[in-house]
Amino acid sequence: MSIRTYLQDHPAPLVWAWQLAEKILPRMRPLFERLGMERSSAIVKLPEEIFKGSIFNCQDCAQCILHYNGMTCPMNCPKQLRNGPCGGVRLNGKCEVKPEMDCVWVKGYERSRKTRYAHEFYRLNPPVDWRLDGLASWVTFAMGRDQITTGAENGIRYATEAVRTGRKPAPAAPKEEK
Amino acid sequence: MNGVIPTPVPPAPPVNTGLTGANANLAKVLAAGHFAVCVEVSPPVGPNAEAVQKQINLLKGYGDAYNVTDNQSATVHMSSLAVSIMLKQAGLEPIVQFTCRDRNRLGLQADMLGAAAFGINHILCLTGDHPIWGDHPQCKSVYDMDSVNLIRMARMMRDWRVFENGKNIPKLAPDFFIGAVENPFAPPFEYRPMRVAKKIVAGAQFIQTQLIFNVDRFREFMKRVVDLGLHEQVAILAGVGPIKSLKVAEFMANEVAGVEIPQSIIDRLSPLSKEDQAKAGLDLCCEVANQVREIEGVRGLHVMAVNWPDAVPQVVKNLGLFPRPVV
Repeated sequence: MSIRTYLQDHPAPLVWAWQLAEKILPRMRPLFERLGMERSSAIVKLPEEIFKGSIFNCQDCAQCILHYNGMTCPMNCPKQLRNGPCGGVRLNGKCEVKPEMDCVWVKGYERSRKTRYAHEFYRLNPPVDWRLDGLASWVTFAMGRDQITTGAENGIRYATEAVRTGRKPAPAAPKEEK
Repeated sequence: MNGVIPTPVPPAPPVNTGLTGANANLAKVLAAGHFAVCVEVSPPVGPNAEAVQKQINLLKGYGDAYNVTDNQSATVHMSSLAVSIMLKQAGLEPIVQFTCRDRNRLGLQADMLGAAAFGINHILCLTGDHPIWGDHPQCKSVYDMDSVNLIRMARMMRDWRVFENGKNIPKLAPDFFIGAVENPFAPPFEYRPMRVAKKIVAGAQFIQTQLIFNVDRFREFMKRVVDLGLHEQVAILAGVGPIKSLKVAEFMANEVAGVEIPQSIIDRLSPLSKEDQAKAGLDLCCEVANQVREIEGVRGLHVMAVNWPDAVPQVVKNLGLFPRPVV
């Protein structure tokens, strides 16, 4: 097992790193706004690429949903699904397109249960805004530009909305870990 | 540098159109409490209108709606929309399939508008097989959005008369009965029902499943779906299909994405002669169909005959589902 897989299979430190980033990055917003999204990205991208590229094989979509997906990058999916897995996953959990690769969504599902963001796996992720492709997600996140829903809906919805509670047995939605 | 990537404008005030796709034939059949039947039509490879007409003549009357596949198995066929229009003009109710593989948001929405203009009101939204499975493995796959977002886009066009960019559609909204697919036989099995829930929230109104051969696994899946209360919000149509021969069974097991064929079926077909294999395949399909009909939450069948459209009328008749109700 490579170091990369080990880290992703034991996501606690990565989740901790994300929580830290979630606190720090919004404070950088005034600075990023002054520089502009492109210039800030040019500066931030190198450290981001070294960190996220080496651990997650980050594809620079700049709309990061790693922590919603068990610290597994969905842009490595050959179909680049944001709401996977597709119906083509092999019975052994490998990708239909690359038989040697684990399906990132199957992995993400397993790993997300080890994090406190397990419920986020039920999130309806909006489609990728390809204008942001190649920028730094730390900048787009800080500027509140990374998870924009389009059309007439404001805000993100969850699959659990369709689950009729009160039916037995209890719904599959896992409780958030305390 | 600011302004190269504009900050998003807030979406236009949505217009509540009040449309729900209730005029679609499949919606009416389901609402009337009938057990629905969808039949798959394969567009021809080549500009062959006669082949379409042949299938129309063969299948007319055997389904409540007819799925027209969109470059199935990532192999070039006549366009789903074109064949759907031919079906509509012949008095059949087509379900246009939209895959995310070949078109981006612009193309998908354009074809949805076109379908609506011809009075087509069933659509099915799916991700689509990867080109690597088809006859153009060298092409660039699009996958601009995924099936969940495609469903959501279609629903917002109908419910709120807005495009995916948030701008209003002038005057008319398309009235679609929106379908989606799910494969109960692909891992992670325990998550699959929640993916159905995701599609319900996105706007799916009926779900067609992958071909069922492993009934036990499907039963497990449906139990979960019923436990979550999803079957009350979406009509689940179970996918069944006759296998013509052992060769087809082996082909589907190995070469078609996401189909699971248990060894018991291969064992059952392998000692038989060619004609007996076809007969056994037909019987097997009816057996599976009769079993899934009994499962709670299943509200219809989706009959897919891989390269064997002639068998469909026989299957529907054998199951006692012919003639179809007029609603």
